[in-house]
Amino acid sequence: MNRIVVVGASAAGLAAAETLRREGHSGSVTLVGEELDFPYDRPPLSKQILAGEWEAERLALRTKEDFDRLDLDLRLGAVAVGLDPGARLVRLAGGEQLGYDGLIVATGVRPRRLPGRGGHVLRTLRDAVELRKRLGPGRRLVVVGAGFLGAEVAAVARGLGCEVTLLEPAPVPLAHAVGEQVGRVLSEAHREHGVDLRTGVTVTGMTDFGVTLSGGELVAADEVLIAIGSVPNTEWLVDSGLPIDDGLVCDAFSAAAPQIYGAGDVARWHNPRFGVSMRIEHRTNAAEQGMAAARNLLHPDARKPFTPVPYFWSDQYDMKIQAYGYLRGHDTVDIAEGDLAGRRFLATYRKQGRLVGALAVGLPPKALRPWRQALITQEHQ
Amino acid sequence: MRVEFDEPKCVAAGQCVMVAPDVFDQRDEDGVAIVLDAEPGPELHDEVREAAAVCPAAAIRLVEP
Repeated sequence: MNRIVVVGASAAGLAAAETLRREGHSGSVTLVGEELDFPYDRPPLSKQILAGEWEAERLALRTKEDFDRLDLDLRLGAVAVGLDPGARLVRLAGGEQLGYDGLIVATGVRPRRLPGRGGHVLRTLRDAVELRKRLGPGRRLVVVGAGFLGAEVAAVARGLGCEVTLLEPAPVPLAHAVGEQVGRVLSEAHREHGVDLRTGVTVTGMTDFGVTLSGGELVAADEVLIAIGSVPNTEWLVDSGLPIDDGLVCDAFSAAAPQIYGAGDVARWHNPRFGVSMRIEHRTNAAEQGMAAARNLLHPDARKPFTPVPYFWSDQYDMKIQAYGYLRGHDTVDIAEGDLAGRRFLATYRKQGRLVGALAVGLPPKALRPWRQALITQEHQ
Repeated sequence: MRVEFDEPKCVAAGQCVMVAPDVFDQRDEDGVAIVLDAEPGPELHDEVREAAAVCPAAAIRLVEP
């Protein structure tokens, strides 16, 4: 295998490129990134960057010297627009074609938007810097969507002195992800911090003055953030014949086709540890899957299934939320430690009696480790 | 190999500890990582490189000759 092309130059693509070199690949590695910035870290965008605590330079995932050592053909500001697996060619906007012997697809996701115009989204450094400029004491921010991103932005904006309205269509925010009890605890924290959290509301449109709800009410805003989830960037693969279904569909080895692997937010793969097809938009998964994809591509005779225990964290106010596992689809939640009211607790999640995840709020992170271990060992039961 | 750790960046995920327990640990109270061995021996280099690679905050930097 001589020429490897990695499309997507964020956490997953970079991890893949680094792993190829670490594993001894001496042929070419072309890393194609749509953004002009050198690869940077995204989780701080809705935290330290939005809060104005960090300068953008702190987000750099690697130094220039690190990149020199990797000896990559780094194509920043380059957009992949097509793939021909038969001819083994990636087509870039502008017409250039990149031939490959191995390909890793790590094109990530983009924010879902509301129909019509206007509103901020938060995915890139530019998005964060733009939104930051417009927040401050007395500014009215409406956040549409009370998922983790919307909740983190609401918390930071309160810290900056904004008046914050958080709009959520579900009766309890994040209930599908963390269960109703935990979702209520997080809701209560927002309300205590002065966020006007409105649940069960549907946004129908945006005007120059704010957003309109299905009942006709106008929620006034100076700025609106749309945080209603993401869409996988797979349009460039539509004519490739690769299977696309809410992401690039990969097998247990993270392979989408011979010599083609997927990694990070864009990849939907079958995780044998949980027995389900999943697509994970978490920072740790991006690195882990990028590494796994690179190894399996390089060592076809020693491939390993990609079987991570997913992990995520979220910082809201003084709460640190951490979770291991795949909580979606759980049918039972138990509070194994602490108490909900005090916002110091550990919740476990089960599906048909089987442990699928554990989440902690306000507890030392080590408290979760035995549960992570349990998630790993029960596979062999 | 020298391990440089940017502590304020650490998000307390503990990924480094799980990959390279001889080189990293976590503080009990907040989970922030601790470097146990800033100049690990050659037998640990592979796992330390792995730990740096999986760190979700890019807080671990390795200086290698």
